[in-house]
Amino acid sequence: MVELLRKLTEARGVSGNEDEVRDIIKGEISPLVDKVYTDGIGNLIAYKKGKSPDNKKRIMLCAHMDEVGFIITSISENGMLKFRPVGGIDPRILISKRVHIGKNRIPGVLGIKAIHLQEPNERKNAVKVEQMYIDIGANSKEEAAKLVKLGDYAIFDSKMVEFGENKIKAKALDDRVGCAVLIEVLKEEYEYDVYACFTVQEEVGLRGAGVAAYHVEPDIAMVVEGTTCSDVSGVDEHMYSTIMGSGPAITIMDGSSISNKKLVDMLKALGDAKGIPYQLKKGTTGGNDAGMIHTSKEGVATCVVSVPCRYIHSPSSVMDKSDFKNTIELVKEFVKGCE
Amino acid sequence: MKDLLKKLTETYGPSGNEEEIRRVIEEEMHEYVDEIDIDVMGNLIAYKKGNGQGKKVMLSAHMDQIGLIVTHIDDNGFLRFSNVGGISVLNTINGRVIFKNGIMGTVSYEEEIENIKDIKLNRMYIDIGASDREEATEKVSIGDVAVYYSPLAESNGRYIGGAMDNRAGCALLIKTIKELKDCKNDAYFVFTVQEEVGLRGAKTSAYAINPDVGIAVDVTSTGDTPKARTMAVKLGAGPAIKVKDGSVICHPKVKDLMIDRAEDIDIPYQIEVLEWGGTDAGAIHLTREGIPSGAVSIPCRYVHSANEMVDEKDLENGVKLLVKILENEIEL
Amino acid sequence: MNFKYGCEEGDSVESKDFLARLIDIPGVSGYEKEVSKEVSEVFKGYCDDVCIDDFYNVYGRKTRGTIEDKPKIMLAAHIDEIGLMVKDIDDKGFIKFTTIGGVDQRILLSQEVIVYGREPLFGVIGAKPPHLQERGERGTAVKIEDMTIDLGLPPQKVKELVRVGDIITFKSPLVSMQNNFVNGKSLDDRASVAVMLETMKELDKLNFNADVFFVATVQEEVGVRGATISTYGVNPDIGVAIDVTHGDTPDSPKEETNEMNKGPVICIGPNLHPKLSQQLIDVAEDYSLQYQLEVAPGPTGTDARAMQIIRDGIPTLLMEIPLRYMHTTVETLNMDNIEKAGRIIAFFIASMEEGWREWLSY
Repeated sequence: MVELLRKLTEARGVSGNEDEVRDIIKGEISPLVDKVYTDGIGNLIAYKKGKSPDNKKRIMLCAHMDEVGFIITSISENGMLKFRPVGGIDPRILISKRVHIGKNRIPGVLGIKAIHLQEPNERKNAVKVEQMYIDIGANSKEEAAKLVKLGDYAIFDSKMVEFGENKIKAKALDDRVGCAVLIEVLKEEYEYDVYACFTVQEEVGLRGAGVAAYHVEPDIAMVVEGTTCSDVSGVDEHMYSTIMGSGPAITIMDGSSISNKKLVDMLKALGDAKGIPYQLKKGTTGGNDAGMIHTSKEGVATCVVSVPCRYIHSPSSVMDKSDFKNTIELVKEFVKGCE
Repeated sequence: MKDLLKKLTETYGPSGNEEEIRRVIEEEMHEYVDEIDIDVMGNLIAYKKGNGQGKKVMLSAHMDQIGLIVTHIDDNGFLRFSNVGGISVLNTINGRVIFKNGIMGTVSYEEEIENIKDIKLNRMYIDIGASDREEATEKVSIGDVAVYYSPLAESNGRYIGGAMDNRAGCALLIKTIKELKDCKNDAYFVFTVQEEVGLRGAKTSAYAINPDVGIAVDVTSTGDTPKARTMAVKLGAGPAIKVKDGSVICHPKVKDLMIDRAEDIDIPYQIEVLEWGGTDAGAIHLTREGIPSGAVSIPCRYVHSANEMVDEKDLENGVKLLVKILENEIEL
Repeated sequence: MNFKYGCEEGDSVESKDFLARLIDIPGVSGYEKEVSKEVSEVFKGYCDDVCIDDFYNVYGRKTRGTIEDKPKIMLAAHIDEIGLMVKDIDDKGFIKFTTIGGVDQRILLSQEVIVYGREPLFGVIGAKPPHLQERGERGTAVKIEDMTIDLGLPPQKVKELVRVGDIITFKSPLVSMQNNFVNGKSLDDRASVAVMLETMKELDKLNFNADVFFVATVQEEVGVRGATISTYGVNPDIGVAIDVTHGDTPDSPKEETNEMNKGPVICIGPNLHPKLSQQLIDVAEDYSLQYQLEVAPGPTGTDARAMQIIRDGIPTLLMEIPLRYMHTTVETLNMDNIEKAGRIIAFFIASMEEGWREWLSY
């Protein structure tokens, strides 16, 4: 399970460039399902036929494959690369980080003027993205252009690390952890037809999920996410959105959808009955694929279950393995229990 | 402890003017040591012989205090001043000060200043009640130094007073000298001058003594007051064993030795990481080819104000710690 | 100096491999014990004698030559690195920290670190998630006081394993880039230790008359402290500090930086000895070794600052390697410059001949 997560989080898959992740997932699930295909926008859709012959109910499980990252916008005369973020990245985390550019993973760094050359006041101001550049060690524009093309995507250079008590550090936990949950869930057999949709371009506006839902026409949908976890130093308890280690977080409401109440009640009941710890997500901000799915066609009963991740959208996101495991259990029970 | 602390904190002795405080300290402890020397800088060095097998240890506590030096006397008898050491505006406004000859004054600032942030020392003055320049000049001359006037007070086992930095350290050393019985190591107790203006006394005395190990005794800040800067040192939670400050990264072996000795005698102690400031150890450890050094700090609130606060227990436990260190073999 | 080992010829060590190994070893100022051990092991393969002092300065010695009055030359490169230190542990088990040496708070967020508690512990630096921050906060840098280290451990476990005063290093191994460029942490100034290694190798091919001390110094980042005491101990006739200097970057003023591909940098100015500096330049010219010049109008921020004024005063030189993004976790340099600097210094040492003392005096 952990190895699967390692493979998934270390893969490159910035929104619009999800191929590597898709190939990995395809390889993992092909033996587990009846049909796998990719739609016009790049969503990977897996169909697993239910055992029950007379039940035509369709359950859609959804996790997005893409991650936040960068796209190269120009190459300077001195061989430095200019870029723009893809998806929501706080620019303040970027300085002094390493990236991999393009398919060949050309190593680069985001540097900054040495502290010795700064005015003390400079350090109080955040560096703007427009002021940043990526250094690959190229001596000239020509040299850099041989290795990097405009439009190449870049990802954080960040290996997955197991640390602390049951913790994992990695980039792109949002939402490779969701992808991993879906893959694990597909390893069992269910009564009903299951469509596992691995969507593209969630980070740039939930663009893949709507298309997938339109195509699948599910009766019930569940989105599995990696979500913010703010149980950290300096945050008052009433401001925690989720708490790490307290189980999968069930969303009541966020910026993009209000979860179907029946499904939420069912999830709670399943958790209680099966002894799976869960929590209710407290924050109401942010959004995810559910926003597009629940308003698809005549509307779809949709819910969201998330693995809490600290420092989301950074090269060093942190999650708890027990939350991962319990999320898998809860989703499995959900698919089994849907009626 | 209270009487000693009262005597020490109420004795005059800003940097460069340590004559009186030196005399008081010498009187207090000269019977208990083997030799006493006063060097050219004015450092007071008390030597206590070891058993011949131990290390040469220099323990240093500075005896100087911060002060206000008169730079100008105006026609109306007001004194302008500059700082000797780290004098802050906030801690000085409307406080009382006293000169060596006992002349008292109060400190204020030019009234036209509206924003407290705009007050600089050079826009403040000392009022000694003189009616004109002539009267003032009879009592005080340019170059005289005043210190905060602050008689010792006791409250809840804690002492409030001026110059706890570092008369509390001096008290700790004096007490240690008195309570040392079986001193294994050659101990040089140095009451240094001019720490507040750049660790100057410690620098020369360390060069002269050339010890194997240096231990500074000084006060340190705490992080236990409302909205204080984060610092894991509390008043009353034991003497603090220094890891670092702005002047020194204490030698890990000296730090560990102090921790071991504190554990041996089961006294409360704390670990000090000070993000600014400095102490005599900064000068000692860079002497000659380098002298492994550490520091024992007395937690002290409101450092460099007229009302510095220390806890009696921290001092008592500090004495126990130093005695234990000196009475045992020092293995680095 | 307590030389006691006596050294045997060792296997040859490539500078890049050496650096890759070296920068992974913790050596925050004041806590250089481990890195100093590694350096001494490598020095043993190239020196006549090696020792470590009480403060973990490492001394390698190489003496050759027939002349009676050989110059004692001390090379110094510091092995300490900037880092962090545990300042407090909060109730939730998050670590508050302070910096050791100059660290720009803007490089800290999302950084991977190792906390050296009772055992080395992996952690990440975090702050309040961006969406919780007040509006308008995004324009200003997150303050170091608002950051904490997350060890992923329950509070009681953290308090068991970590205590105030424990050191913390960044986790950032050496990465190869284009054109023999590399990046990583603490290349300031472990790169210059590699320069000393190159000098040792080059000296083995040359005839020279000198008593050379290669000193890997400690506590440079907190005030050139290791150089202060080690120079006092060696008491050399000539001092050569080796350090990194600023490489050109788009956001730095051009006049304060050096090019990455034009060789190592010889620094000149009042802190450095004019005659010796000229000699260093002449040697580079004679052997057609690439170099650049940098002018320092006063004392430099390097070991040279201390060396020049120890004891009777030491004629001191400064050789530098251009390095981008100094004091970050992605310090970037061109490996070519390390080899070139090592060779220039070796040729300089070999240029000292009979009569050097008179020549050197004003």
